[in-house]
Amino acid sequence: MSRILIRGARVLGGEARDVLVDGETIAEVGTGLSAEGAEVVEADGKVLLPGLVDLHTHLREPGREDSETVLTGTRAAASGGYTAVFAMANTFPVADTAGVVEQVYRLGREHGYCDVQPVGAVTVGLEGQKLAELGAMHESAAGVTVFSDDGKCVHDAVIMRRALEYVKAFGGVVAQHAQEPRLTEGAQMNEGVVSAELGLGGWPAVAEESIIARDVLLAEHVGSRVHVCHLSTAGSVEIVRWAKSRGIDVTAEVTPHHLLLTDELVRTYNPVYKVNPPLRTERDVRALREALADGTIDIVATDHAPHPHEDKDCEWAAAAMGMVGLETALSVVQQTMVDTGLLTWEGVADRMSFAPARIGRATGHGRPVSAGEPANLTLVDPAYRGEVDPAGFASRSRNTPYEGRELPGRVTHTWLRGKATLVDGKLA
Amino acid sequence: MQRHLISAADLTRDDAILLLDTAEEMARVADRPIKKLPTLRGRTVVNLFFEDSTRTRISFEAAEKRLSADVINFSAKGSSVSKGESLKDTAQTLEAMGVDAVVIRHGASGAPYRLATSGWIDAAVINAGDGTHQHPTQALLDAFTMRRRLVGRDAGIGRDLAGRRVTIVGDVLHSRVARSNVDLLHTLGAEVTLVAPPTLLPVGVETWPCEIAYDLDGTLPKSDAVMMLRVQRERMNAAFFPTEREYSRRYGLDGERMARMPEHAVVMHPGPMVRGMEITAEVADSDRCTVVEQVANGVSMRMAVLYLLLGGNEPAVTHTRPPAAQQSAGERSAHTFDTAEEK
Repeated sequence: MSRILIRGARVLGGEARDVLVDGETIAEVGTGLSAEGAEVVEADGKVLLPGLVDLHTHLREPGREDSETVLTGTRAAASGGYTAVFAMANTFPVADTAGVVEQVYRLGREHGYCDVQPVGAVTVGLEGQKLAELGAMHESAAGVTVFSDDGKCVHDAVIMRRALEYVKAFGGVVAQHAQEPRLTEGAQMNEGVVSAELGLGGWPAVAEESIIARDVLLAEHVGSRVHVCHLSTAGSVEIVRWAKSRGIDVTAEVTPHHLLLTDELVRTYNPVYKVNPPLRTERDVRALREALADGTIDIVATDHAPHPHEDKDCEWAAAAMGMVGLETALSVVQQTMVDTGLLTWEGVADRMSFAPARIGRATGHGRPVSAGEPANLTLVDPAYRGEVDPAGFASRSRNTPYEGRELPGRVTHTWLRGKATLVDGKLA
Repeated sequence: MQRHLISAADLTRDDAILLLDTAEEMARVADRPIKKLPTLRGRTVVNLFFEDSTRTRISFEAAEKRLSADVINFSAKGSSVSKGESLKDTAQTLEAMGVDAVVIRHGASGAPYRLATSGWIDAAVINAGDGTHQHPTQALLDAFTMRRRLVGRDAGIGRDLAGRRVTIVGDVLHSRVARSNVDLLHTLGAEVTLVAPPTLLPVGVETWPCEIAYDLDGTLPKSDAVMMLRVQRERMNAAFFPTEREYSRRYGLDGERMARMPEHAVVMHPGPMVRGMEITAEVADSDRCTVVEQVANGVSMRMAVLYLLLGGNEPAVTHTRPPAAQQSAGERSAHTFDTAEEK
């Protein structure tokens, strides 16, 4: 296997170090390492991070290959600096059996751009009625540990309780899409000042907060861990903070778009801003950033949700919900968290690699950058400034809310177990 | 004036007064034996209705025909737009046929805005009601009706509604009429009070430029105009209010309540009325009720909108003139009608 010397990189944003990769493993981290027999990557001024891990990705295959496939989605992931992604279960057919999760898992391995760890559905067909065969999915080759009906809420309190209890047997976790269904019938955007003016159906914060409150109490009652998907409101932050202070085993994620964008953008009626949960207010954005900084929110997850052009090139009510995010996530986090002084690069490594790998039990990912560890690495140029051009995306879809927006930072290299998947910003 | 009419909130005070004054001139045409102007001869206007609305469509059609426009009626019933042909394709198909203006009614809030701003078409877009967002021509015709009744037909020319107290009662949450009226009446200097059960007011309404009240009886004596909104019976199934009976008892306008209004005050309704629900027959049929007048005024108002947006007989005007210069449309309007009128 090949040897690579990454020279002069700021490991986790610290002092410049040389990192020698031998085969699939990091051989040595130090200064003045010999380049002999190694391909050299000059990394002066760049930041070296552990390969990013996304706990919340929609790869759309099987079923909606017009918007994304495992291949295009993992290429997008590699472009964004990811070495592992968790693929959500809302495919067609739904990933609620061992067969479907194994297919998705194998496709990821075959393509080799990024490890794909399938998420299993909690209930059959995401219908919230009957538990899917969670154990069988766990025991399959895919080794599923994260279960979610994402896109839909496991709203029945008894089903949620049972799922939380059941997955304890094999260390699984339920990732809840917190959305009280009755309170969000016909919901089109955040309910508040802007929805009142625009006449769009409101998605009230309480619909998220009431489910999170219920779920943390259920998790406490049955002694399980629970994960909150795409937490989006200041109130949700308060509930998770309270739950953690009580010792409840809860983790939470925030998306890059909820860290940056607000519902004011909906005034354009441009469905590229339509997403679920919806963009909230400035106050929520501030609370989310603070919570990510202080660890109340554990991780950043993209909720990368590709949609074909025609599903966004229409009136707001008819448009699909969701945004692509894999290729812009790190830049948005740099802008909102690093450049604002809220988080160090070490903190970024934690929120985007260590912690998500830990929550999802992704072995080999989210490891320290030190000798003997798997060489899953991401090299970032934080000095870069550039406008987002969706035409350059590796994703099959272009539904980004950042088109034309200047964002800082750029992933130049990604290595998956020592193999370069991204070199100088180009897919290998 | 702008190129499109999407929201009453986009109108400045000057825009609004120009529109109202122009509508007065248009109304004079209606009093003549031949009610037709050649103003939009050779221009094509399509009425693109994705929602059923006989009265609004007929009102626009009458306005277009009185201005001699070629009129195409396109009705795409129901909400199957997303299933079949998209709004974009429909609009582009119509534009390919040489349409100069699109009058659109759509069930989705923001559809006219999308049509006007997405680069799909070049035609002028007039919002004839979108979802629960806006219905600007309704607000204009309501303001026109109020100005005539409360300020005077001739005395009102050039004037706004400063200091007039307007009470809007009913299902504000689901009402594009309420939103448009609050915006326009505020621009015209009126003092607006919304009266409704709290369930039928949107979260966020507290930021609107108006007062909120839950008690109709306390508001009536302080009203120069009371606008009753339609309340759909099915709302009670979603627990917005307990029963029809209770709604009418608390928020319906009957003869007894009407008697608490000042002598000069008028009762308005955008139609269609649900008699026995928000308004009794006694009130609806009284002299103080302007419902029929509103319909007549609607035609004049829509003529004014079409005229000012399409720039009379100058086909190139609206497409090429920079926004800053468009204000001058009003200067022309003062003399164009009489000279251009068909003999």
